[in-house]
Amino acid sequence: MSSENPIWALISTFGLMSLFAVGGAAAAIPEMHRIAVEVHHWMTDKQFADAYAIAQLSPGPNVLIVTLIGYAVAGVPGALAATLAMCLPTALLAYYVSRLLNRPSQSRWPALIQAALVPLSIGLMAASALILAQSTDRTIAAVLLTAMVAVIASVSRVNPLWLLLAGGLLGFAGIV
Amino acid sequence: MSTDSAPVAQEPEIRPTHAPPPGLAALFLAFARMSLAGFGGVLVFARHAIVDQHRWMTADEFNETFALCHFLPGPNIVNLSMVFGSRLRGIAGGVAAFTGLLLPPTLIMMVLAIIYARFGDVEVLRRILAGISCAAVGLLIAVVFRMMTPLLKRMDVVVMILMLGVFTAIGVFRWPLQAVLLIAIPLSIAVTYVMRRKAAA
Repeated sequence: MSSENPIWALISTFGLMSLFAVGGAAAAIPEMHRIAVEVHHWMTDKQFADAYAIAQLSPGPNVLIVTLIGYAVAGVPGALAATLAMCLPTALLAYYVSRLLNRPSQSRWPALIQAALVPLSIGLMAASALILAQSTDRTIAAVLLTAMVAVIASVSRVNPLWLLLAGGLLGFAGIV
Repeated sequence: MSTDSAPVAQEPEIRPTHAPPPGLAALFLAFARMSLAGFGGVLVFARHAIVDQHRWMTADEFNETFALCHFLPGPNIVNLSMVFGSRLRGIAGGVAAFTGLLLPPTLIMMVLAIIYARFGDVEVLRRILAGISCAAVGLLIAVVFRMMTPLLKRMDVVVMILMLGVFTAIGVFRWPLQAVLLIAIPLSIAVTYVMRRKAAA
């Protein structure tokens, strides 16, 4: 595998993955982790968790964690290739489907398929949480911080950015 | 989604609630602005900009467009930019919105990637990132919990089993996504179909 062009590996990996990302970027995290960390060894477990944190912290769609993975593999060209491979195929698919469905149809299928996908994408996102937690929550303090943020974000409408910054501050203070 | 209950003479060319369709540069800029404002999710900002601020779409049209992008694979908001832009300005509009949404944050990401590659091992940065990572996982758990709540309330055993099955296969056994979904999606569609038939009967 290592003999093939890394740019091509990125394009084929993420292009294919995007077609199976039901429920958006957070649902594709386990597969990204499996491929980037376990199959190709593009990054370590820790680097992957860092990439997720950086992607959450910066503006824009969360899917841009692929930009960081691409950069780790092949620098700036890799970053661009991974980003386009993850975003363009499904965007074009959406464009064609929207043209097909331009006439409001009486079909129940879109609604039915969407309802069928909901439990699957929740299962995938829960798997994302588990995999990321395994690589970040290595100390009691880290587990407590994760749990606290989970509770606060569940019961209040506080802006997620403040919670991320608070986490960063606690880390800076050496508590986590 | 929208039902035409009132017998109004509908003229698609004249929609008084709409602003005139934007140019390509305006589309690019609007999506770039949304994207940069959208920390931890762009969708809220997109709805606000498209429906309230620019009045390029009504709330119903936006929901319909989003529903379509939601049931297709891939990053929803990225799909939305392409579909939305193309509905207003054809394929060029789609590309303008798509590029506006992705280009600025991708550039920011690259700068961060370069910084990380150079200073990622610095102790202070390591600690800060560790704290942010914990918070990010906490946020994800909260999102999952919020999405699960309606399902838990319905106590739908089959749906729960599907959810748990996917979680276990992907999260615990680490099986490949394609293989798992190629089984899970048809199964879930079949189950949903049968349940809806039962509910209708």
